[in-house]
Amino acid sequence: MSYSIIGPIAEGGLKLPLCLFQVPAGFPSPAADHIEAHISLDEVLNIRAPHVYLVSITGESMQGAGIFDGDLAVVDRSLEPAHGHIVVALLNNDPVCKRLCIRGKDVILLSENPKYPPRYVLEGDELSIWGVITGSVRSHV
Amino acid sequence: MSKAPVFALIDCNSFYASCERVFRPDLAKVPIVVLSNNDGCVIARSYDAKPFVKMGEPYFQIKHKLKQHGIVAFSSNYALYGDMSERVMTLIESMVPAVEVYSIDEAFADLTGIADLDQLGRRIRSQVLRCTGIPVGVGIAGTKTLAKLANHTAKRLQAQTGGVVNICDPFKRDWVLRNTAVSEVWGVGRRLSTHFEGMGIKTAMDLAKADPWMLRKKFSVVVEKTARELAGTPCLELDEPDPPKQEICCSRMFGKRLQALAPIKEAVATYMMRASEKLRAQGSVCKKIRVSIRTGMFNPEEAKYANGVLVELPYPTDDVRLLTKAAVDALERVFRPGFNYSKAEVLLMNLSQRGQYTGDLFAAAQPAEASRVMMVLDQINERWGRGTLRSASVPVDPDWGMRREMMSRSYTTRLDQLWRVSCT
Repeated sequence: MSYSIIGPIAEGGLKLPLCLFQVPAGFPSPAADHIEAHISLDEVLNIRAPHVYLVSITGESMQGAGIFDGDLAVVDRSLEPAHGHIVVALLNNDPVCKRLCIRGKDVILLSENPKYPPRYVLEGDELSIWGVITGSVRSHV
Repeated sequence: MSKAPVFALIDCNSFYASCERVFRPDLAKVPIVVLSNNDGCVIARSYDAKPFVKMGEPYFQIKHKLKQHGIVAFSSNYALYGDMSERVMTLIESMVPAVEVYSIDEAFADLTGIADLDQLGRRIRSQVLRCTGIPVGVGIAGTKTLAKLANHTAKRLQAQTGGVVNICDPFKRDWVLRNTAVSEVWGVGRRLSTHFEGMGIKTAMDLAKADPWMLRKKFSVVVEKTARELAGTPCLELDEPDPPKQEICCSRMFGKRLQALAPIKEAVATYMMRASEKLRAQGSVCKKIRVSIRTGMFNPEEAKYANGVLVELPYPTDDVRLLTKAAVDALERVFRPGFNYSKAEVLLMNLSQRGQYTGDLFAAAQPAEASRVMMVLDQINERWGRGTLRSASVPVDPDWGMRREMMSRSYTTRLDQLWRVSCT
């Protein structure tokens, strides 16, 4: 290697791109021709879609729906929220996970745990639906 | 007859501040500013912070003002902004025939041949807002320069336009041209607009009507094209994606001044790790590198020093181990004790695409085994996150790292930092 000292350097260089491009992965195996596809949880849960987000659940109120403290939940922001959906709701700016219940004029956020009573959305409450929960992931270890 | 071209410019409103608000709904109505690297100065403001804070104001000077107006400051969180930008761009791509991503928060789209342009504009806006929470403005016109102007109008008259402005209609186009100052035209900087005003060119309309040949003679072909585009003649096309870069640079300011060689070595190794990742991502190899260091420039109390080294590598390479060794050896040749260093830079030069390089028959080449090691390194880091596997000289959490004391979490890119939603 040859080194040459060149003195002070002005500010400059190229701007850095913000994201890494994916490098294609090889598959050096004689079985390569027989592989049909890889099973991908990313695809099953669709978490690579631009409108899908992963969030982390805290608390016990949705245990009846199979969503536990510490689970990951998959949230789809493209779906139109409807009665019966489990949603991420912003109730007075707090993100909460509840089952959305629309009964006539009443909007109710239901828990799935007898210890947590239904939360009626009252006048003066601010409610918006951030996204619809389409799945969840739990670790068993 | 072929259809007249139509372009759209879609840009995100107060992008960085909007990203912060997606996961902080409590800040929906709180003014926000975002600070540059090392929490230096203001680089982005939410709409409601603009009346109080100027771009570029140093953070330490405005702390009091921020508190007084209840403005919340964030360190820049590029992991979050990059991910949200990708989401926005992917959504736009799925709705238009062709797109050119122009910057982290702007994209041009080709809408030639679309029947209902206004409806598509509104659909892009509502879809991006719903799927990401980021508000965007859409400007539609017959040229890129006019689309940019339409977008500017959409932003200026947000309430009247709903964030979508289509000026394909000549009557609407002329109204916008007459009602926009020439300084707001894409590519017209302050110096140029002062020049224009001296010539009686005050509005965008004046520029559109100016003699293009005179503009070319007096200024440049770029200015001529701008005027022609304003008059409705398309001169700029949707750009192709960038070709591979000819140089790759990684340089950062240290979070604090460094005096000793050891931490600067760590920094240089860290920057080289990053630069070589980019090198391999674009499939290139490099034959030469440049390493430079310097002290702060502006403190009159401090002794100043700056120096750089060029290194010829034995063969074109993308092996981070060889590159790091060369960079650290180079650093040792220019490091002088007794200075307060503020910045280091590594630059990869003489890039060629892997495989395209033709050395002479007997020239040394990178061993095949090194290339395989690099492939595995990149695969591991792609799968498990950047920095999982790294050169031993790269520390996990350096004390010279960037100061980012008010950074939000990496809500969308780190499993351990996901947004928390409560079931209580």
